[in-house]
Amino acid sequence: MPFLGLRHAATLAFVAAFAASPVTAKTISVSAGTPDANEKLQEALILAEPGDTVELGAGVWKLTDGLSLDVDNVTVRGAGTKDGEGSILDFSGQQGAGEGLLVTSDDVFLTNFAVLNTRGDGIKSKDADRIVYHQLRVEWTAGPKATNGAYGVYPVESSDVLIDSVYVRGASDAGIYVGQSKNIIVRDSIATENVAGIEIENSFDADVHDNIATKNTGGILVFDLPNLPQQGGHNVRVFENIVNDNSTPNFAPKGNIVASVPTGTGVLVMANRNVEVFGNSFDQNGTANVMIVGYRYDQKDPKYQPLPRAIVVRDNQHGKAGYAPAFAGGAEIAAAMGGAIPPILWDGAGDAVVLDTVPVLSLNLPDVTTPQSEAKPAPADLSKGTPPAPLPGITLPESMEAKVQ
Amino acid sequence: MKRAVAALAAALLLASGASGGAPPRVDQALIDGDAMPPKLSAFGLFAANDPARPVASFAYTLNTPLFSDYAEKHRFISIPAGTKAHVREDGTIDFPVGTVIVKSFGWPDRDGGRPVETRLLIHRATGWTALPYIWDADGQDASLAIAGRRVPVTFKSPDGEAHSIRYAVPNKNQCKECHNLAGVIEPIGPNARNLVLPAAMTGDATRLYFDNPEALKPVLPRWDDPKSGTVQERARAYLDVNCSHCHNPQGSASNSGLFLRWTDPVGVNYGIGKRPTAAGRGSGGMDFAIKPGDPDHSFLIYRLESLDPGIAMPELGRGVVHKEGVALLRQWIAEMPKEGG
Repeated sequence: MPFLGLRHAATLAFVAAFAASPVTAKTISVSAGTPDANEKLQEALILAEPGDTVELGAGVWKLTDGLSLDVDNVTVRGAGTKDGEGSILDFSGQQGAGEGLLVTSDDVFLTNFAVLNTRGDGIKSKDADRIVYHQLRVEWTAGPKATNGAYGVYPVESSDVLIDSVYVRGASDAGIYVGQSKNIIVRDSIATENVAGIEIENSFDADVHDNIATKNTGGILVFDLPNLPQQGGHNVRVFENIVNDNSTPNFAPKGNIVASVPTGTGVLVMANRNVEVFGNSFDQNGTANVMIVGYRYDQKDPKYQPLPRAIVVRDNQHGKAGYAPAFAGGAEIAAAMGGAIPPILWDGAGDAVVLDTVPVLSLNLPDVTTPQSEAKPAPADLSKGTPPAPLPGITLPESMEAKVQ
Repeated sequence: MKRAVAALAAALLLASGASGGAPPRVDQALIDGDAMPPKLSAFGLFAANDPARPVASFAYTLNTPLFSDYAEKHRFISIPAGTKAHVREDGTIDFPVGTVIVKSFGWPDRDGGRPVETRLLIHRATGWTALPYIWDADGQDASLAIAGRRVPVTFKSPDGEAHSIRYAVPNKNQCKECHNLAGVIEPIGPNARNLVLPAAMTGDATRLYFDNPEALKPVLPRWDDPKSGTVQERARAYLDVNCSHCHNPQGSASNSGLFLRWTDPVGVNYGIGKRPTAAGRGSGGMDFAIKPGDPDHSFLIYRLESLDPGIAMPELGRGVVHKEGVALLRQWIAEMPKEGG
């Protein structure tokens, strides 16, 4: 069988090319300039082996389909995030997949590139432990639009997550969204003109610090929702962030939980326990600088805890707030209080300690099943409670911090 | 010269056993190794590389198949000689190492029904590997497309409507997105509750490939055959096959909390009264995935009727709306009693 033999020989050559184990990690460089650049980029992400770096050359990729990475310990490194000089993954013509880049492997390092105008989410990582998002830009370049994708940077169901020096603009849900994860740091990042700037949802142990959340509908959200595999969000510290001018009208599709976030919200804590909000600089948040609420929708999840508990607010700077409260009845309350409501708003459910020297308004709705129309707004003094012991702060594995040094 | 070529060809056919001698055999060593050969023919899964002549242990169908842009699929399995599959308690099938599951996709009215692509799921010692092959323009062989590709195709759906789409052949990772169970690749289709063996394959023939063939009980109704089940049963079969490979607690959509397996309880986690979690634009401005009695306000329907990548479900493998499938789900939701169902 001469030609069968030949074919077999060709196959064996191919085996040798792909089965050889790497002596050292290698760099796979991909150029945006070739006609088959998209396929070559996806191919590189598939053929990379643990330890390898996929290097994105400078230029613009016009991508029609989502990219994905499923190999552990791979670095994806671009030449920068700026138009004209960086590595730009442009999804304006996307025809398929729910996100621009999907990562499903551990120890991945994403750095120094931009993801633009995806139809769904920007970059999603699922069950991807020890992932590092670093110096990335995820943007919907036309600014806030209901047709923009939901999440910019979206790690979910992961342990050890670092988001560092990321810029996200225009997400129709949350710019930076960490869901159902554990041991998380979001720092030195900028979230602007999203519905929610930064959102920590159904997650345990997170530090959100030194970020700028500006011109979103709501700046920083700490949420817990029912009927999900991981719930009972707790131990979240939101500190030393700049949270100002969150004034973008809510552009989320109705039904989504963030569609209920009032325009002009600084930090919003819902149905979590042990959340510390301290050392932040707040200004120009028309509804409230800090809002603490229960989950007030119908739900029948016996394992779900809808109340905020052990929330601590201290040592924050409060600029102007409460001058345009964008919730039902807010304008009337503001008018009755001389034009503005206090910078800290509590719906009256659960418990919180507020040590900031600004007034607190309670809606006096301790039972989350009571409709908001029955609110009895009145100033509240939450400074008398005993704050729980301070949270220890998050430490990530050294291997992760080393990547961004 | 012409005659010499013909004679040589005849000799080759004889040598490869295509006329008379030993039946064609798959290249088991290649299957068992870790190569990703650039040409499908290397595996020997088709006699004379003819997609109509599979070298199979057996062909199979499914009671309710996954919708893939109205593609007609031809499926077969090659199990290494002397080994047997075992049906597990939960209905999944433990295929021996060396098994290849082969699925070819084409349309009856396109190119004489010749396949556009053939996907392999190979059980190697290291686990299952998914390899997508696209048939070459001359139809003589298929080439590995590890990064996937969009292929323009034109066909008519059963209602007579003409479709011209850029059909998406999945890349290797996308294969895994659907076949992912707790991080590893698993077969989906061949499952005891859905697998249908050829009518001629009975008793001993089945026992040749399964050590407990009595456990093969295709209980799933045919989604499009009212005689095979109630509307609810057929809707649930449809959701199981089209959605639950991701929408289960160990699947790619585990974080959604929406679980659509045949065995899942029909409650909040089945979508009934379930609010959007990370649906984004997929909610379409609606409050619930399924609102009993009201398919027009059930965003599960909205997502199945959309072609926008930020909205459409399933996320992969669908470039047209499956009108007949959606009609069944609409009927199911419409018939649910309102107020909690």
